[in-house]
This record gives sequence, structure tokens and C-alpha cells, in this order.
Amino acid sequence: MGNIGAKEVPTLLDAEGRRIDGRRLDELRPIQIRAGPLRQADGSAFVEWGANKVMAAVYGPREVHPRHLQQNTKAVIQCRYNMAAFSVDERKRPGIDRRSQEISKVIAEALDSVVFAEEFPRTSIDVYIEVLQANAGTRCAGLVAASVALADAGIPMADLLPAVAVGKVGGAIALDLKKEEDNFGEADLPMALVPQSGRLVLLQMEGHMTEPELAQALDLGVGGCRVIYEKMKAALRERYSVAPAAEEAAA
Amino acid sequence: MSEEVTAEILQTHILDLAADGRRMDGRGPDEYRAVSIQPGFVATADGSALVRLGETMVLAGIKLELGKPFPDTPNAGVLTTNAELVPLSSPTFEPGPPTPGAVEVSRVVDRSIRAAEVVDLASLCVTPGEKTWVCYVDVHMLGHAGNLIDAAQLAAVAALSGATVPAKRFGVADADYPLPIHHRPVECTFVRLGEAIVVDPTFDEERAAQGRLTVATDEAGRVVAMQKGSVGAFSPDDVKSVVRRAFVHGDRLRERLAEAGR
Amino acid sequence: MKPGPGTYRVGGKVYASQLGLLAPRPPLLQVVPLSGRYLPRAGDTVVGTVTDVQSTFWLLDIGAPRWAPLHMTGVPWKVDVGETEQYLRVGDAVVVRVENLDPTGRIGVSMQGEGLGKLEGGTIVRISPARVPRLVGRGGSMIETIVRHTSAEVAIGQNGRVWIGGSAEAIRRVADVLRMIEENGPRPGLTDRVERFLVASTPTGPAAEGVPVRGVLHDEAPPPGGAPDEEVGADSTGAPEDD
Repeated sequence: MGNIGAKEVPTLLDAEGRRIDGRRLDELRPIQIRAGPLRQADGSAFVEWGANKVMAAVYGPREVHPRHLQQNTKAVIQCRYNMAAFSVDERKRPGIDRRSQEISKVIAEALDSVVFAEEFPRTSIDVYIEVLQANAGTRCAGLVAASVALADAGIPMADLLPAVAVGKVGGAIALDLKKEEDNFGEADLPMALVPQSGRLVLLQMEGHMTEPELAQALDLGVGGCRVIYEKMKAALRERYSVAPAAEEAAA
Repeated sequence: MSEEVTAEILQTHILDLAADGRRMDGRGPDEYRAVSIQPGFVATADGSALVRLGETMVLAGIKLELGKPFPDTPNAGVLTTNAELVPLSSPTFEPGPPTPGAVEVSRVVDRSIRAAEVVDLASLCVTPGEKTWVCYVDVHMLGHAGNLIDAAQLAAVAALSGATVPAKRFGVADADYPLPIHHRPVECTFVRLGEAIVVDPTFDEERAAQGRLTVATDEAGRVVAMQKGSVGAFSPDDVKSVVRRAFVHGDRLRERLAEAGR
Repeated sequence: MKPGPGTYRVGGKVYASQLGLLAPRPPLLQVVPLSGRYLPRAGDTVVGTVTDVQSTFWLLDIGAPRWAPLHMTGVPWKVDVGETEQYLRVGDAVVVRVENLDPTGRIGVSMQGEGLGKLEGGTIVRISPARVPRLVGRGGSMIETIVRHTSAEVAIGQNGRVWIGGSAEAIRRVADVLRMIEENGPRPGLTDRVERFLVASTPTGPAAEGVPVRGVLHDEAPPPGGAPDEEVGADSTGAPEDD
């Protein structure tokens, strides 16, 4: 956020209600999801979402390192969200900073809410998220990638976890903020939904919204998550698709 | 780490094959894997390239910022190389501070770029002793299927070759301009498998190897950097023969660089 | 229908808990996984690698979530405390059978039985455990085809680790077929295509000669055609998309 109330705020919403990139308030940026791009991992996914590029890999369930993190009744879910030095405009010093640590924690907890971790006591499910190109919403893109990677790794869980950020720009509640909207908007509210139960397992908020605006934002976000959910399933179906018999005969 | 113990019989099989001039994946001893170079992969970088050697995948990104020159080189720009062996890329990598392996990749790549003068550091100087461009070369491993050094170095040179100096954005010129590139060194890595010395090792071949040798050559016919790594030994004649082979592969890889971009 | 493996129930509904294919086996609704690590079941024959040696047991990596301890009383040799290292060392490859699983995820394995033992020579190739039923084929048809056309010896672990013995050429050809099976996923007609591939790639003349055979199962002949067919045929979670 920052820069709230700064003088050089660009026009985030035009007279027709169109946003800085021409989107409507309830419109997502283009999303492409690829399941299984990495051979070495047990599961992986690559997500291109607007100008975000995020890779996720899952290793496990496997023996826990370091050993003292082992839990006797369930798998420990460890997540590492990391940004490449060149993924942002101003070079980021390599390594995990406080922001990355916090994001890693909330993503791990969101995933832990749906993974049937009790099926694998004393093991670790390691989730690695690498942000290669960032343009607002990387924690949601990272979580979507991680969730598809977990499914690709065959990990049992209640459901996939679609995620999206809702915000407030130019006084209006808008879905899926891009960088300028995130920098100069009035609020940012990332969330992740369990479609099967309709509950939220990641929820953060920064900025300011009225109570009715917040209610509207939650509804908008849930709707966005349901759209992303279909794209996540489609990516997994594509990876494991069965060639039609006709194509087979022709081959 | 401990997770991946390679079966002894797999290593023995690799050595048996090598003695017979063969390799697990069907390649010959002097055959490089398929190389792909995808420049401009990252829009937030001033230059970038995604390189694949078989299933090894490496992304390099360039960032240029204004900074102060070092006191002992007031007329020269600054270039630093950093390689991250992120745990996403291999079950054998763990989170944490850079390992000696990551530092070795960084330094070997850095040395070839520096020695071959890929970037003319003098041209990066803005105001002698006060202001210069600092060029960061960050290499991010995405998939480790062997020979990270060659992949990292190729990605770094490809990213530098397509990089733009953001002079307008930093207010030191009216327009951005291409980063001036002098030479194109290419690193070529070999491993010893028994009496055989094979190029571009896979992950399993690296595990079975009895010594690794990297030779960086440039288009002017110079050897610009070398690194012997892992446990094992090479005779001076081995080294001479590896250098000759490194030039041949280097020229082919430079053709791929040329095809990929300016 | 009741929730079976790969599913869970909330309220009156059954949901998939894993990426996979729906395979109802009345009265159970179950999902057969298409990916993921090897999940051991008692009776499975698996190929593993020794990762650690203790005074009374060895730890094996069998590609499962946890390492599997092989106790010194579970091997075909008489081993005294502290002598374990003399029999199996880190990096040795073995064929063992999963004996039991306890609720903490501990996997008990044994090396006593036909076709079990230390592997000598040959090599190990990995495929996804979900592909193992494809590699075996209906009634062992796929693996029989592969062995017939290559003269290789093959021991298939249910964990997706496959030991191949024989000439270097035979090993390479089997490895090629394994890659084909791995990449082609759940498609019909795979056995026919593998056979066509093997016929088309049959080496003639000097190319057929390779490194001499050195693959043998320690002190026992390898199982003919690899994994026991009956076991896999009766496999309750065998892929439903058999040829």
C-alpha cells in the first residue's frame, strides 16, 4: 500500500467505471495455469496471472528435516515463499525477509486447513513458491500454484484452494488488483476459499473499508475464487487428460 | 540432503556404460543435451533468459541500479553475480543460507563473465569516483537435472546480451540503451566416469563422477575461466583434451545464443 | 455408496480427496490416484535403496513418505548385532516385501521370501507408482511383451522403482519403454504401441551386443517377468483403464 493520499495518484477508475487496464470492477486479469512443469518435484505448477509469474513445487510427504519439527500425529506442512531478486522493479536482496516469512506462514496454514495431514504422521510436506515476476497478488498466485502442485503431487485434501485479492480503488470495490491499484488504492484484501465448504482459509486486509464495502468485497472475492477454481481444475485435467480414441487410432 | 541416496548399482551401470562409450540417456560421450534459450522471460528485469539443458531449467535476471564505484576502481562499474539453488529445484536442496555449492556456481559464472569482459565495466561509469551503474546478475535454479554451472552461465550471458540500461528511468540520460556487450564466453562442463570424460553431465552422472572440470571459452579463442570440482583427478593431457572439446561445444552454444537474440 | 479410498464424506455427500480417476466398486466409491508418492500396502513387493545402517537394522528408501526399517531378523542371512554393515551397506539396492504398517506411518519390511534379496548389477529406473499397473499390464501382458522383445530381466517394485538386468542394450531398450509408459499416462492401446516400438527398434547385427550380463538377484533367480502377476492382477486399486 503506502502512498495513500499521495499527490501523484493516477486515475484508477474512469467515468464509465473502467479500471486502469480497461477491466470492469468484477473482472479478473488473464490467468494461465500449468500443472506439472517440473520433473524433479513430486508435484508442481506454474501460474501466469496478469503480469505475475509464479512457480510452485511440492516435495513429500517425506522424512522431516530438521527432525525436531516432526509431529507425531500428522504431517508438518512447511512453506517457503520467496521472491527472485529480479521479480520486482527495484532489485530485492536475495533471501527470506519478514514479509516473505509472514506470507509463507499464512499460506502454509491455509494449505494445512485442507490437507489431510493426519494421514502422514511424522512426515513433512514441503511447499516451495518462487515468485519470478511480481505485479500485485503474488501471495494469491503463489497459493493457487501451491494448491495445484499439491494436487499434482497426489496429496489428499478436502479441496483445491483458489485465492484472489479484492480491493478498493477510486472509491469502488474491485476484484484482483494490479500493481498500480495496489499501490494507490484504498484497500487490499487477499483471501482463499475452500469451494467445497464455502469457507475462507486465508484472509488479510490492509487499508480502509466501510462495513458494507467489506461485505461486498467478500462476496466479490468468493465469486472470483469460484472462477479461478474452474481454471485450476482445468489445468489438472489437461495434465492428466486421456487422448480421445480417434486421435489414438490416427497416431 | 540425506533423502536421495543413489543406488550403487546405478552408479556402477553408468560407469560400465561410459567404459563402452555409452550413456544412460543414449547420448554419446561428446553429446550435449538439447539446449533452449528463451530471452526476455521476466518483464520486471532489465534483461533475462530462461535456459533449459534437457530437464535442467535456470532463469537469470539482470538488474541495473546507480551506485558508488569501489574506491580502488573509480572509473569502473560494478558487477555482481549471485546464484540461488532454491529448494524448489531439487529434492537435494534445502532452505537456508547459500550453500558452498551455490557459492561455487555463483563464483564460477562470475569469473567467466568478468575475465572475458562480457560487459565493459568502464562503460558503466557515469561520474568517475562518484556514480556508476551496478549490474546485478541473479541466477535462479528452477530444475536441477545436472550441470547447473553451464546452464547458469549460459542464462547469465543470454540475459546480459539482451539487457537494457534503464538510463531514462534513473534520470541520467534521455533514453534507455542496450547494455554494451563485448565478449560471449560459454562454460562447458565435463565429468570423469572411469577412464571416460563426458560432456554436460546429468544429475546421476554427476553423482557417479570421479571429478568435474569446467572450461569457459570465448569467441576470440581464449580460455577465460576453469574450475575443477568434486572428488577426483585429471591429468594435464585430460585437461588439454577437455579444453579442445570445450571450444567446439562453446562455438555451438554461442550459435544458440546468437539465434536467441542480439 | 460409501466413501472408499481417495474420498471423504461431509454431510450426505462424498467428495474426492485426491487427484485421480473415479472407480466405483460397490458399495464403495473410490478414487484411484494418478500421481503421488508410493503409499505402502502390506504384501507389496518394492525395490529400495539402503540409506542408513544401524547395529540391528537398515533404513531403506522405498520412495514412501517415510524410510522403512529392515530388521536384521528379516533378512535371509543370520546377522548378529553390530554385523549389519557386513551384509548391506548404504547405496545397496534390495527387493523387499512390505509386511506391516502401524498408525505412526512406520513401514515394516522383510527380505525373506521368493524373489526378495539384494540386487547385483543392472540398474534402477523410476516411474510413477501410479503407472505400475500399466507396466504390468492385464495379467502381466505388458511386462511379458517387454521381456520377450528385449531379453532383459525386470523386477518391478510396486513403488515404481524398476530393476533392469541384462546387456546394456537390453537395459537401454527397457528404459526407453519405461519412459514411454511414464509419459503416455492413462491412454488405451499402450501395450500394442509398446510392442510396435520394440519391434521397430529391434537391434540387428553388432549393435545388439553390449556389456556382458551381470545382473543377478543375490543367491536367487530373479522372478520370471518381474513382479508376480497374480499379485498385481488381484490388486484392488489396479488402474481401471487396462487395455
